[in-house]
Amino acid sequence: MIEVKNLHKSFGDVHILKGIDTTFEKGKTSLVIGQSGSGKTVFLKCLLGLFDYEEGSISYDGKIYKQLNEDERRNLRAEIGMVFQGSALFDSMTIAENVMFPLQMFTKQSKSEMEERVNFVLKRVNLDNAHNKMPSEASGGMQKRVAIARAIVNNPKYLFCDEPNSGLDPKTAIVIDNLIQEITDEYNITTVINSHDMNSVMEIGEKIVFLKDGHKAWEGSHKTIFKTDNEVVTDFVYSSNLFKKVRKMYLEENQ
Amino acid sequence: MSYLNNIGAYFLMIAEMFRKPTKWSVMKNLILKDIDDLVIGSLGIVAFISFFVGGVITIQTALNISNPLIPKYLVGFATRQSVILEFAPTFISIIMAGKVGSFITSSIGTMRVTEQIDALEVMGINALNYLVFPKTVALMLYPFIIAIGMFLGLIGGMAACVFGGYTSLEDYIIGLQTDFDTFHMIYAFIKTFIFAFVLATIPSFHGFYMKGGALEVGKASTTSFVWTAVVIILLNYILTDMMLG
Repeated sequence: MIEVKNLHKSFGDVHILKGIDTTFEKGKTSLVIGQSGSGKTVFLKCLLGLFDYEEGSISYDGKIYKQLNEDERRNLRAEIGMVFQGSALFDSMTIAENVMFPLQMFTKQSKSEMEERVNFVLKRVNLDNAHNKMPSEASGGMQKRVAIARAIVNNPKYLFCDEPNSGLDPKTAIVIDNLIQEITDEYNITTVINSHDMNSVMEIGEKIVFLKDGHKAWEGSHKTIFKTDNEVVTDFVYSSNLFKKVRKMYLEENQ
Repeated sequence: MSYLNNIGAYFLMIAEMFRKPTKWSVMKNLILKDIDDLVIGSLGIVAFISFFVGGVITIQTALNISNPLIPKYLVGFATRQSVILEFAPTFISIIMAGKVGSFITSSIGTMRVTEQIDALEVMGINALNYLVFPKTVALMLYPFIIAIGMFLGLIGGMAACVFGGYTSLEDYIIGLQTDFDTFHMIYAFIKTFIFAFVLATIPSFHGFYMKGGALEVGKASTTSFVWTAVVIILLNYILTDMMLG
């Protein structure tokens, strides 16, 4: 479980995160949503330890990040898996080498053990025949799946995904969403996803945190987001005509 | 002020590069790959340039010696001094700032743009140690390239001399051996080691701390070449004054 208390982050005079409080539970897929510029990426980078923050605290299963020493932070980071928006696969390595990388860095496994684990994980993300391809030879959807495989290969406790669907067609996006959901359930990990994709919200948003101008404007789930009267959330959710129609139908059905 | 900030950040980067070392089994492969990319991959261009510049130095020297009282072996002597003292260690380093330096800046810069460096940092890996340290170690073999450059420069001079008919082979070889001072070789290789460190770290600094997209990667490569060349020229002056002055 990840607990965030009163998180503040500024860049110079620009106050980006203005006191965020929330909790991300173990075994659940949590989504952080909001418009571009709402502070989602900065929030995620604070959770990842890539950005230092001025005020507040983040704790991972009770361990407060700022109170950890260098070695403890390093150990904590080894328990984190991250799927970047652009996949961030290492260009100079094959797909199998990319997935094997965290094992090489953090475990003392033999080569055959690592290969076995890589085969298993690549099979899990339905990429059993792509071992020797270079990332540049893989499609966007494949790259995302490799990134997921690399993120989970070392059995992380926490999985973070930054816009995992960006640049993917709707069908592939659903495949990626479902894969993240299944992996979260299977490995009982704490998953936090940054997104502004409403399909993801509907599919996998067991918990949703809505950010607006660096504040937490709303918190709920995919079951409650379509019922809320919070104007900030409805403005965002129903900015698409499709969702306006869905809401209209929903309200008509419930009248 | 930003220059001072950058100088400070550069030295902090160097200190950080030695912290939290990457596992040796991984680092070994990175060093070997960088030796291949940076050292072995530069041999061809260095050999080509050295051979022909050595030839040009010889021709220019021979053409400028019109006084019959000046011995012919001076052509070989002047070629040796020019190639060993300046051409090989300094001017090849400036050429390498363009070739190796821009490769280092653009490869690390691209990793920054595509979040690969963030991926390393999220995993708890010291990205500076992982990316910059192996390049620095690999370039410690750079004096090997310079030695080849020196040798081929002298051979190029000899070829120009003999085939161009400027002096005889005997005179050229006598010139090469005249007043040879081994300290000049030591001086050249000390410079080379220092330039190798500059060649690895300044381009890495510009790549690692760059911000922006593909356009900025190109700009960072250009800036890194300019600064690497400036630092090499300045250090060349300081080292020459200290060691030979």
